Amino acid sequence: MAGDTLSSTDYIKHHLQNWTWGQHPDGTWGFAHSAEQAKEMGFWAIHVDTMLWSILLGVIFLWMFRKAAKTATAGIPVGFQNFAEWIVEFIDTSVRGSFTAKNNLVAPLAMTVFVWIFLMNLMDLVPVDWLPSLAQWVGATFFGADPRHVYFKVVSTTDPNATFGMAFAVFFLVLYYSIKIKGIGGFTGELTLQPFSSRNMVIQAIFIPINFLLEFVSLIAKPISLALRLFGNMYAGEMIFILIAIMFSGGIVIGAFGGLLQLGWAIFHILIITLQAFIFMTLTIVYLDMAHHEH
Amino acid sequence: MNINLTLLGQTITFIVFVWFCMKFVWPPIMNALEERKKKIADGLAAAERGAHEQELAEKRAAEVLHKAKQQAQDILAQAQKRASEIIEESKGTAREEGKRIIIAANAEIEQEANRAREELRGQVASLAIAGASKVLKREVDAAANEDLLKDLVAQL
Repeated sequence: MAGDTLSSTDYIKHHLQNWTWGQHPDGTWGFAHSAEQAKEMGFWAIHVDTMLWSILLGVIFLWMFRKAAKTATAGIPVGFQNFAEWIVEFIDTSVRGSFTAKNNLVAPLAMTVFVWIFLMNLMDLVPVDWLPSLAQWVGATFFGADPRHVYFKVVSTTDPNATFGMAFAVFFLVLYYSIKIKGIGGFTGELTLQPFSSRNMVIQAIFIPINFLLEFVSLIAKPISLALRLFGNMYAGEMIFILIAIMFSGGIVIGAFGGLLQLGWAIFHILIITLQAFIFMTLTIVYLDMAHHEH
Repeated sequence: MNINLTLLGQTITFIVFVWFCMKFVWPPIMNALEERKKKIADGLAAAERGAHEQELAEKRAAEVLHKAKQQAQDILAQAQKRASEIIEESKGTAREEGKRIIIAANAEIEQEANRAREELRGQVASLAIAGASKVLKREVDAAANEDLLKDLVAQL
């Protein structure tokens, strides 16, 4: 990378820092030049790289599938339409398997979750230095920025904002459908009247807070575990790629060994990125299914 | 690593993507798939119907063939019968015709013989007269003896 004088720690830190735009403590708006500055910006800052890559990949996904959808006919499918239909069929089977109520939102939601997360995860397979180095070169050449101040995180799912953003949207839908299907009374009852219940009114009154504590924790655990599982897996995977990338500066033997490791980890990572996208999708479907049923 | 406005941005982006997918991507592809499923089902049903129809047609064709064979046999038998009948008939006709021809021939022969006999009788009569006139050495009036002569001829 451009800053050859950086130590390994700095290299890793640099790789884990998002390109942040927000309000500096002194009131001016601009890009953060360091992790400390990004931290000082607090909540009113935005990760430009996360937004850029997630929107770019989402648009690519929707654009390609929209193109397939426009030409989709009952005749013989050709080219990309085959692939799009295969994905749609796969999602449809998954949704039919786990979702028993009727809701036109769930299948497209599941497809967006799966393909979008898969594409964002896929960026993990691009060698860790390529795109950040390109960004540093562009930043230094065209915008006169200090290369060390250009941060560029390519994998959006290694940003907890992205995973929590999706998980919260799913959680919001779970709450919405819980209340819509079961009513406020039914949903409150689900949170307070089980798993413990009694005929005796006094004992029931004691059970209510206990039930609420248990059920509330399990309810809140849904979006948090959903977001953290994806984030944790991708973050750890990215970290290992970064650690392997450090080996490339350790001479030809260690570098070659690093190359081998990177290849192995990338191949293994293909499984992880697909699996994580699939798990996120399946859990989304299951949570929404639970929201549609009394249990 | 900081939680910030990106969270909201990602949520909104996600919702927009899901909305777009739900409105413009999922329904057309799903419709096409359903339509194709229906088309294939229809095609299979039509194929089955066709196979069934073919079976029926084959059965019908076999029936028709069988009937035609039987008819042909009938016709052949009839023709044979008719032929032998004709032969018998013509045999009969020929026999009768032969008989008739024989009878006619016999009649003609008899007629011929009768005529010859008549002629012979006439000649004998004139010979007898000539002989008698020679014997009598005088002219016998043939006209006066006409009745006599006729009697003689009749007796011959």
